[in-house]
Amino acid sequence: MVRIAMLGLLILTALASAQTPAAPLTIEQKIAALEAATKTAQTAGDNAWMLTSSALVLMMTGPGLALFYAGLVRKKNVLGTMMHSFIMMAIITVLWAVVGYSLAFGEGNPFVGGMQYFMLNGVGTAPSAYAATIPHLTFMIYQLMFAIITPALISGAFAERMKFSGMILFTILWALIVYFPMAHMVWGAGGLLGVAGAIPCLDFAGGTVVHITSGFSALVCALYMGKRKGYGTEPMRPHSLVLSTVGACLLWVGWFGFNAGSALGAGGLASSAFVATHFGAAAAACGWMLAEWMKHGKPSMLGGISGCVAGLVAITPAAGFVTPGSALIIGLAGGIFCFLMATTVKSMFGYDDSLDAFGVHGAGGTIGAILTGVFATKEVNDLFAGKPMGMLEGNGGQVVNQLIGCGIAIALGVVGTFVILKVVDMITGVRCTADEEIEGLDLSMHGEEGYSLEA
Amino acid sequence: MKKIEAVIQPHKLEEVKEALKGIGVDGMTITEVRGHGRQKGHKEVYRGMEYQVDLLPKIKLEAVVSNDRVDEVTSTIAKAARTGKIGDGKIFIYDVVDAIRIRNDDRGESAL
Repeated sequence: MVRIAMLGLLILTALASAQTPAAPLTIEQKIAALEAATKTAQTAGDNAWMLTSSALVLMMTGPGLALFYAGLVRKKNVLGTMMHSFIMMAIITVLWAVVGYSLAFGEGNPFVGGMQYFMLNGVGTAPSAYAATIPHLTFMIYQLMFAIITPALISGAFAERMKFSGMILFTILWALIVYFPMAHMVWGAGGLLGVAGAIPCLDFAGGTVVHITSGFSALVCALYMGKRKGYGTEPMRPHSLVLSTVGACLLWVGWFGFNAGSALGAGGLASSAFVATHFGAAAAACGWMLAEWMKHGKPSMLGGISGCVAGLVAITPAAGFVTPGSALIIGLAGGIFCFLMATTVKSMFGYDDSLDAFGVHGAGGTIGAILTGVFATKEVNDLFAGKPMGMLEGNGGQVVNQLIGCGIAIALGVVGTFVILKVVDMITGVRCTADEEIEGLDLSMHGEEGYSLEA
Repeated sequence: MKKIEAVIQPHKLEEVKEALKGIGVDGMTITEVRGHGRQKGHKEVYRGMEYQVDLLPKIKLEAVVSNDRVDEVTSTIAKAARTGKIGDGKIFIYDVVDAIRIRNDDRGESAL
């Protein structure tokens, strides 16, 4: 009985409140309410895509790159190689929270950011000047994922022979001295190579910042550390191209977050970058495999996956600036060029870039950056406010800007890496001992094995 | 007693096993091995690096049989494992001094 009475009371109260006439809203109030609702809706949409993209980019490092690289080494180094990618997810994250984000995206000089975001001070749910429709926290975590994968890419050059402690020290110094300043120059507020900077260099998703810096740093590592023991005399076949194929396909999927996410929203630009990314990867896989088929007589799985990664690298700076047709051309060029770099050029000079970090990322990043200056069009992204973008639109000077951007990234990567390697060599050493190398990094560095079939 | 040791092509294992079962050879031990005789290996290419692979995967099959069955067993194995191409493998025959069944200490041919 009591329940029924209470229910009746509730209904009566509800009716009474419904009958109370509300004060009529003014037009201004209605517009304000509508504007607030629109903004909330856009934030919801954009933030959903950007959080998804952040997760996709992290997936590129682990498991994507970890599997891709791990499959290419001998089985005694499978865990050591996976560790090179995985540990970045931990170390760089901590570094980013403390000073990294601030050095890359804080306001500073044209070369490096200041300390305003030290310990992520002031980075909250309110949007930042970098992206008006997503929380500053989302922008920060998205950019972190790029900082994680970049040093992980370098590990392809020193695979199977770097000392773990040296690798950690190298990574921390490399992020501080090379990556954070480079990211600031291209993407940071007031950066030298930004759209509003002195030399606007078009880099949609990190062709210079990520791939050229890591690729050329990788070359320096390969040259500095020397060849793996037995390189050229002992067979060093990939121990599992199955793992590598799974890894490369995860990279391909994750790259949609990397490139389409660089639109910093869920609008048409993201779709454009998404399509260009996919087309670039596909054309490059065809290009590499065809080149290989003609030269070695057989199209290989390794060739296909190497090609798709090369294409993804080449299309990275161009993704938000070019049409789908141009993306096919850039991808094809990237695939064939990287094939030549990783096979013919490498054997011509005889350096041991173990997993072709330079041949794919350095070479692919450079050709992609240059071709971005050729094919960029205001129809896809009117970044220069109505003025022509690329060489084909009549802005030949953009190719020069692209070359300057490449040059700065190469110079910073090469000099920075060399100095860091010298310093690390004095403190921890960079290369493991011959015995450790023969035993394999899994046992000598980590005391465990990737495969124990008798367990 | 003789031990028959046959090194054969991996894809011929099922046929050989069935043929041996058909003539009543119940026990055998199989090992995955690598090797080569006169057969040349093959070339593998990884990103332009060429590797000559000359130790190829093979199956080593071992069975111990009584002396009077040696010819029957070896000819059965040879017939089932033969493709007629280079790389078909070889059969070796060894003398066996004794055999012991671990379960009940049976010795000699009764342990087979």
